[in-house]
Amino acid sequence: MKKLAPRLLGSFTLLSLALVVWLGLFVTPKDQVQGDLVRLLYIHPAIAWVALYVSFGTAVIASGLYLWPRSRSMTMDRVAHCAMEISVIFIALTLITGSIWGRPTWGVWWAWDARLTTTAIMGVFEVGYLALRRANDDPVQRARRSGVYAIVAAANLPLVHFSVNWWRTLHQGATVLVQNGNLLVHGLMLFDTLYSFVAFTALFFWLLRARYRLELARESGASAALENRLAERRAEGGQK
Amino acid sequence: MRTAWLVAQKDLRIEMRSRVLLWQVVPFGAMALLLCGLALGPTRAGHSSVAPGLFYVVMLLVALLMINRSRAIEERPGTKASVATLGLDPAGVFIGKALALVIELLMTGAVLLAGTVVALHVSAHAALVASPSVAVVLGALAVAGTLYGALTGGGTGTATLLPVLSLPAFAPLLIAGERAFSAAVTGQSTWQWWLISLVALVVYTALGILLYGVVEES
Repeated sequence: MKKLAPRLLGSFTLLSLALVVWLGLFVTPKDQVQGDLVRLLYIHPAIAWVALYVSFGTAVIASGLYLWPRSRSMTMDRVAHCAMEISVIFIALTLITGSIWGRPTWGVWWAWDARLTTTAIMGVFEVGYLALRRANDDPVQRARRSGVYAIVAAANLPLVHFSVNWWRTLHQGATVLVQNGNLLVHGLMLFDTLYSFVAFTALFFWLLRARYRLELARESGASAALENRLAERRAEGGQK
Repeated sequence: MRTAWLVAQKDLRIEMRSRVLLWQVVPFGAMALLLCGLALGPTRAGHSSVAPGLFYVVMLLVALLMINRSRAIEERPGTKASVATLGLDPAGVFIGKALALVIELLMTGAVLLAGTVVALHVSAHAALVASPSVAVVLGALAVAGTLYGALTGGGTGTATLLPVLSLPAFAPLLIAGERAFSAAVTGQSTWQWWLISLVALVVYTALGILLYGVVEES
């Protein structure tokens, strides 16, 4: 069962992503206004969802659980670290896919738009988190400081989320649902858009598991290397 | 609050004796403001609309220097041990350090605000109208900076790590401050930007009071 669950998750992720791509590229029609460019929108919002909410949210919650004395364990710190790394990659993908869509639509790769700018700032926050981890060698100090930093960085998230409402922006606001609950996207286009959220969320959990296992292997490898080094030193001392 | 006052007094006394603020930080800020003016050229630099942005960029650079310095005081040999032995409340230490930093930033800010009047042609009235919002933004910078300073202390590459960690947090404050200052220059309402700065000040103060002890404990 232990081996079956990750395999099922991996297979489900792969099939879901393939379905999203197939529907997005070959089955759904062109958009009346955007033409083929709309196909990028089947993945861009889902990537942003994973970057800003799923993986960053996981990192913040795991950091909070680490700092909370009753649930403190290095597992939480590892989960936070791995989730934040994935979030950095997904933020980069969000900005890249957004830029590719923005160039033909807005005429520029980058606009000084509130949503774009706050998302980029969020990316720098996350890079800062990883830099902070590298600057501290002591595992407990590293876990505490990066945990505090993740929680402080979370204060920036409402700014990213509500930026399209608070400021006049080029970036569109809510599209699938409007305030009175009416759907604005219909048919297969809606299904593909919504299903991409499921597919990319599954991808996040699959990546998180893989990265977590890698981190465990790295830690045990590092401690084994240290033990070997110490044994060599002891042997050198014995020879003298 | 007694702890806060003691810590603030200690930091300010060190600053008064060393005169680093007077002879190093303020001249650096003035020079940076002049360099920004030179980079823009006489026509654009003489236009008061660029002054708010330049003022806040220079204030951010100055704040980074002062946060590093405030942190360095705590890193001196024996200081941490003394604080631990005295059993001072971490929340009080945080408020005290932030208070000292606010006072130092306000003093530098006053000089640089006068600099914008002289060099960047902002009217004295606009500078006066902008000064309360400047005070709130600098307060938020000091509070956030104290927390980030604590996070970077003791590790490797502290001086370079601080800007990476703190500048993303300072960016919304820079925007809010610049907008409030610009509104003061053009005679528009500034309350929305005040509100953002005030919320940031309250949020960072609350986070600092809650989390400073956790950071220092490590």
